[in-house]
Amino acid sequence: MSAVRAQTFLWLAQRGSAAVLALAVVVHLATMIVAVRGGLSAAEILERTRGSVGWALFYGIFVLAVAVHAPIGLRAILAEWAGLKGRAVDLALALIALTLLASGLRAVYAVARP
Amino acid sequence: MSMTTLAVRVWRGGVEGEFRDYDVPRQPAQTVLDVVTHIQRRIDATLAYRFACRVGMCGSCAMTVDGRARWTCRTHVDTVARDGRLEIAPLAHLPVIRDLVVDMTPFFDKWAAAHGSFAPTATRRDAYARIEPATAARVAVDAAIECIGCGVCYAACDVVGWKPDYLGPAALNRAWTLSNDTRDGGQLPRLQAVAGDAGCHACHTHQSCTERCPKQLAPTASIAGLKRLVALAALRGEIQ
Repeated sequence: MSAVRAQTFLWLAQRGSAAVLALAVVVHLATMIVAVRGGLSAAEILERTRGSVGWALFYGIFVLAVAVHAPIGLRAILAEWAGLKGRAVDLALALIALTLLASGLRAVYAVARP
Repeated sequence: MSMTTLAVRVWRGGVEGEFRDYDVPRQPAQTVLDVVTHIQRRIDATLAYRFACRVGMCGSCAMTVDGRARWTCRTHVDTVARDGRLEIAPLAHLPVIRDLVVDMTPFFDKWAAAHGSFAPTATRRDAYARIEPATAARVAVDAAIECIGCGVCYAACDVVGWKPDYLGPAALNRAWTLSNDTRDGGQLPRLQAVAGDAGCHACHTHQSCTERCPKQLAPTASIAGLKRLVALAALRGEIQ
């Protein structure tokens, strides 16, 4: 795939994930504000969400969108504000994407398992 | 400072240089171009600046006035001078040749790089093309066609400052008008030229170009149009 074609698809992915996040972040924040009872802790949240396929699905999509969106945004920031671009930067960003995906999905797994 | 005198700081030199101070008498309905002309003709004949029409048609007198890119001929001192002070510098993001004159070469090179020239599909022996004024494509062209290439949008754009290879609002606006020209035969190569990190996808929609355009054009909208066309072409597998 040529660089220009790849960059166009990165832009499309950025826009698509932004659309998902616009909705997902609102649901996430609203749920947090409404649902928190005994403080914002992993134990308190998992106590009521464990085994929920619905929440696992929602946060699975959320995590996927974050893992796509954040590195592409960082890529633009690094190029514009630090002059950092090229293959090495793109590989580092791919690594950040995988890290975000792995750590996010780990949390989602905690929700999904019974 | 007397209300009858304007304290003007003017950039002198090339890329390396300094601001120098001049006192210029205030006049009724005085423009910033009048101020620069007064300095050159009455105070320091070595001041270099560029102008031609003086009436907002040619776009050659654009400079940075108190930090903002403007046509100096259409900017009244009354609207910009604060406490009788004014700072005049060359346009940003372009190489300074001397004093208030910049080299517009990179600006127009980017028009060429964005395929900003018409690619004809007919010859002189063909009949005139008939284009209905109310068609969506023609309406889109009308909204963006009045650009005279003054460089104000280019100097106002943050992304141009951050990414020197970014084509910039004027070149992309031009590409958009041609993308809507039904007579033009260079559509796909043009979309290819304006796609990607140095093209329309670099625009962050800050809208500084649209805010500052002296012709009240909206290059931001033109760039958004290009993003749509390029995205559709990429999804169809036409962008290589």
